[in-house]
Amino acid sequence: MKQNAQTPTGLDVYKIRQDFPIFSRKLKNGKPVAYLDSAATSQRPRQVVEAMEKYFFECNANIHRGVYQISEEATAAYESARQKVAKFINAQSSREIIFTRNATEAINLVAYTWGRQNISQGDLIVLTIMEHHSNIVPWQILAKEKGARIEYVDIDEKGYLRLDQYTNLLQQAPKLVSFTHVSNVLGTINPVKQMVKQAKEAGATVLVDAAQSAPHMAVDVQDIGCDFLAISGHKMLGPTGIGCLYGKRELLEQMPPFLGGGDMILKVTLNGASWNELPWKYEAGTPAIAEAIDYLNRIGMENIHAHEKMITEYALEALSEIDNLTIYGPPLSDRSGVISVTIPGVHPHDLATIVDRDGIALRAGHHCCMPLMDRLDIAATARISFYMYTIPEEIDRFVESLKKAKEIFEK
Amino acid sequence: MSDDLYREYILDHYKNPRNYGRLEHPTISHEEGNPLCGDVVGIDILLDKDNNVADVKFHGRGCAISQASASILTEKIKGMNIEQVKAITKDDLLEELGIEVSATRLKCALLSLKVLKAGIYGISTWPDEEEE
Repeated sequence: MKQNAQTPTGLDVYKIRQDFPIFSRKLKNGKPVAYLDSAATSQRPRQVVEAMEKYFFECNANIHRGVYQISEEATAAYESARQKVAKFINAQSSREIIFTRNATEAINLVAYTWGRQNISQGDLIVLTIMEHHSNIVPWQILAKEKGARIEYVDIDEKGYLRLDQYTNLLQQAPKLVSFTHVSNVLGTINPVKQMVKQAKEAGATVLVDAAQSAPHMAVDVQDIGCDFLAISGHKMLGPTGIGCLYGKRELLEQMPPFLGGGDMILKVTLNGASWNELPWKYEAGTPAIAEAIDYLNRIGMENIHAHEKMITEYALEALSEIDNLTIYGPPLSDRSGVISVTIPGVHPHDLATIVDRDGIALRAGHHCCMPLMDRLDIAATARISFYMYTIPEEIDRFVESLKKAKEIFEK
Repeated sequence: MSDDLYREYILDHYKNPRNYGRLEHPTISHEEGNPLCGDVVGIDILLDKDNNVADVKFHGRGCAISQASASILTEKIKGMNIEQVKAITKDDLLEELGIEVSATRLKCALLSLKVLKAGIYGISTWPDEEEE
């Protein structure tokens, strides 16, 4: 396994790692980083940084405004990025792709526009207990403002959503159903297609949070059938400060704008303004340009998913040999490259500090999922998460370091 | 390696916390959490008529650093006059802990002192510190 990590998946991970300069850096202790926090943010390959550099050095200009050459080049690059995103998630039209700052803003955009227009007193919003705060708090704000109510689908012992409960909640005719494709704590891959189908049959509008799935597996909005889908750029090799909202065209047409400002208007007078057409209606200001999608396509989403599955299997196996360790989440078949663990008597923050001394970067905390932590009756977990560049040696280093942490606390 | 931070002294206070529990009729009682990592520390203090700390207990949950720090702090202030307790600084506590903490773990190490001061002054932030 260790030496031929590329054989089962056809992905030459060691070659890929050469595109990521950060892996050749040595930390204070002389070791390279074992980066196991890609669910928080991915590393960026040289190609993406070079594309950004090229933009800043060669055609940095305000988009959609200037009639001079570099502004037109910048506009073309920006719009071509939009088309790439559309193709990447198989949207029908690039007009259905709204650039936002991140997935959080994408969800807020829906809450503040579609939500304010369509949610009324007594309406039901269905969420799940495994949502990131960004897919809970905007709806809580909306529900409070409108007098709507929120119900949460629970999880079972294995970390699967309770679909029986989901089905029952749908019978109460929710206006909106919003849930994550992949849990950032449990790694659970939810059966989105089936869940969306059920929700649509119940007459609900459906948002899927794909921040944790789009970087790691093929996501097809038409196949999934959702009304909205949110993705985040910096979790998928892209720069920070860029995310996208996919929205079905007929919904986006009807919704009011989100942030008022430049570029989103058609005409402004002192008495008011009329709105630009899609997608610019929702884009105030000038967002960064995503260039990571080419890279992902070149590697292939299937290959990425297969590689992560292999690494996840390798890690689950290694971790299962450690006594007194709780592993959260479902079995490999329904899990993405995210593993949360706890050890009785060793707080995740202490664990994170100890393994950091060995150059291992992992996340300890509630992962912006406090309701899920309450449900699991824990304050925090230690989470490792993988990407296309994760290698078995990094898992080995983590496991060794974890054992050391246990020794310190158990002696 | 890790042993400087998680040395015997800290681990001993974490595993065998001193003054752990609640007081029935505390003069001062205050609890606070660190929302970032979920550490919680609460401190109950009983003052005698001369404003000396007659008894003190702490409760909470969280990482070794935050809990050991609370345990060590309660040991330190038992018997002290309230004015002496007010004078305890962050550096005093860090010296008492005898560890080098990174910036992100500093909040853990100092949570108990924050709770103590907030309890004494009856406010939620340190008088000489702006809310971060």
